[in-house]
Amino acid sequence: MSADRRPLLLMTPAMIWLFGLMVVPCALILVLAFFRRGLYGGIEYTWTLENLALVFDPLYFQIFLKSAGIAGLSAAIACVLGYAAAYAIAAMPRRHQPMLLFFAVLPFWSNYLVRTYAWIVLLNREGLIVNLARWVGYEGELPQMLYSEQAVVIGLVYNYLPFVILSCYAPLSRLNPEVNEASRDLGASAWTTFRRVTLPMTVPGIATGFVFVFVLSIGNFVTPALLGGGQFQMIGNLVYAQFLTANDWPFGAALSMVLIAVMLGLLMGQAVMADRASGGKGARDG
Amino acid sequence: MKRYQLHCSIWMTATLTAFGMPALAEPLTVSNWDGYMAADAIDSFNAETGHTAELVLHATNEEIMGKLIASKGVGYDVVFVSSPFAEVLHNLGLTEDLDHEKIPNIANLYAEATELPHDPGNAFSVPYAWGTTGLCYRSDLVDTPTSWNDLLKPAEDVSGKTTMLATDRWLLAAGQLALGYSVNETDSEKMAEVRDLLIDAKGTLLAYDDTTFYAKLVSGEAELVQAWDGWCNYGIGENADIKYTIPSEGSDLWVDTMVILKASGNKEAAYDFVNYILDAENHRWAAENILYKVPNEPAMSGVDASLIETFPNMGMSPEEMLKFEQLRDVGGAQRDYSRLVSEIKAN
Repeated sequence: MSADRRPLLLMTPAMIWLFGLMVVPCALILVLAFFRRGLYGGIEYTWTLENLALVFDPLYFQIFLKSAGIAGLSAAIACVLGYAAAYAIAAMPRRHQPMLLFFAVLPFWSNYLVRTYAWIVLLNREGLIVNLARWVGYEGELPQMLYSEQAVVIGLVYNYLPFVILSCYAPLSRLNPEVNEASRDLGASAWTTFRRVTLPMTVPGIATGFVFVFVLSIGNFVTPALLGGGQFQMIGNLVYAQFLTANDWPFGAALSMVLIAVMLGLLMGQAVMADRASGGKGARDG
Repeated sequence: MKRYQLHCSIWMTATLTAFGMPALAEPLTVSNWDGYMAADAIDSFNAETGHTAELVLHATNEEIMGKLIASKGVGYDVVFVSSPFAEVLHNLGLTEDLDHEKIPNIANLYAEATELPHDPGNAFSVPYAWGTTGLCYRSDLVDTPTSWNDLLKPAEDVSGKTTMLATDRWLLAAGQLALGYSVNETDSEKMAEVRDLLIDAKGTLLAYDDTTFYAKLVSGEAELVQAWDGWCNYGIGENADIKYTIPSEGSDLWVDTMVILKASGNKEAAYDFVNYILDAENHRWAAENILYKVPNEPAMSGVDASLIETFPNMGMSPEEMLKFEQLRDVGGAQRDYSRLVSEIKAN
């Protein structure tokens, strides 16, 4: 066997796995988007584009935009908080950093649902935060925190923050401290150094974190269902409803198709950006 | 796992047939909601009748409908579904035309339960449990509600402390009843009115909630909620100040049924199973443990009086319940209902 065929051989099991258990089932669902829904929820095998057209109906498109807004806001907040945390971790003595990163990803070891329910316990009207406020003597009426858009954003930021910390930590920890020292020696203030030197060199990490949080958030349906009290739909809830309550699989498939297209577009854009940032090495070597 | 069993049994059947032995019967597959019958019901049925039944679970009507429509009913023998879905299965030709001679215990049903609008004469479905949808509230915190508008246009101090059911039909029913329309109304102008009313109501809600509304009443997070009578009982069980009432505009009548699939290869066992459930003792289990009314006269008359005292809605007579309009299959209009609910939730 020649040496250059070995990578191909090593990749084969993973490719078969990915193709058989991911690409084929996804394709089977997505192709449903082009069929008609039967009166009672079955599939009528006649070709149609009406399901895809319906996605762009103002009602459903508005839900798309709203989901994108919530996902964008969550991603932006996660980036600010995550970057600050990553910056602080990278500034700590080297030997403490692994432990701090360990704490940052620790919540990932517990179940997503449990973590989300924890927020219900914290935020509800008879919950920990309200009771704590009463305990310290606050008498007034507190605003309803749970079952709102803000609660959903809090839940999404909390759940996906570790992604941003990790993606920002990687470039921050690789920064050569001498570059910053040079900037300071040449008379730049700490803020200018951060803005003109550190930040531009770590933008790819922020972009990666942003895209990850955005993509995971826009398709999320658990958090809006639990923390939003079912009062508004995100696109994930709409897809869920088509498959599990409205029994309209073709429309659910059409919605998924558009959602996947948006996600793929963003991930590819992010990949291209990361490639450029690393000096386009991938493109030249490939 | 089921496929594995199927392969095994095909293989064993083939082997046994080849050796001239009698073919093994396939197990009877029953699909039900989790906890909707006694945990030992399947085992005692098997012991009593010599059949081999197995239980599979579905979380929602829509889930089991998706499976049944995709498989044309193959793979299941008896399914528990709500009556509008039993109607759909019947319209699709998937249900067995019931032979009452094979279900002697069907005589236990109340007369009202044999004349339900969705299936007069129990031609294709046997009712398992029935009830109403009304208002469940904390009598120590709010005045007794009398109208659906008490929920949809709540007083200022109740605003933000109400929940509504999230499932399409019941969410819409609250608005349909408040406006004096049928719970099966499909006229687009009337439904637009219902939608507008429900959009306004949404602004006053704590949440849409199908599963934990009674817990919200117990904790005091909510004070007035739309609820199925049986589920309100779970709240009453934890706090005696929680009460159930049906508003003056009325309720829907919901009925959960048992259906035998036409494609069943195991009809004898399927009939025996339905008959087993309709036995007074077995059917009473549901009344006493899940606190739903069952349409079985000897089963209900054997229910302990103290249970009805604690949970007054358990004592509602079939005659009272039949005053309310039953939820029916609305055919193609279901798609319009789904869209209306999306419009309400998107606002």
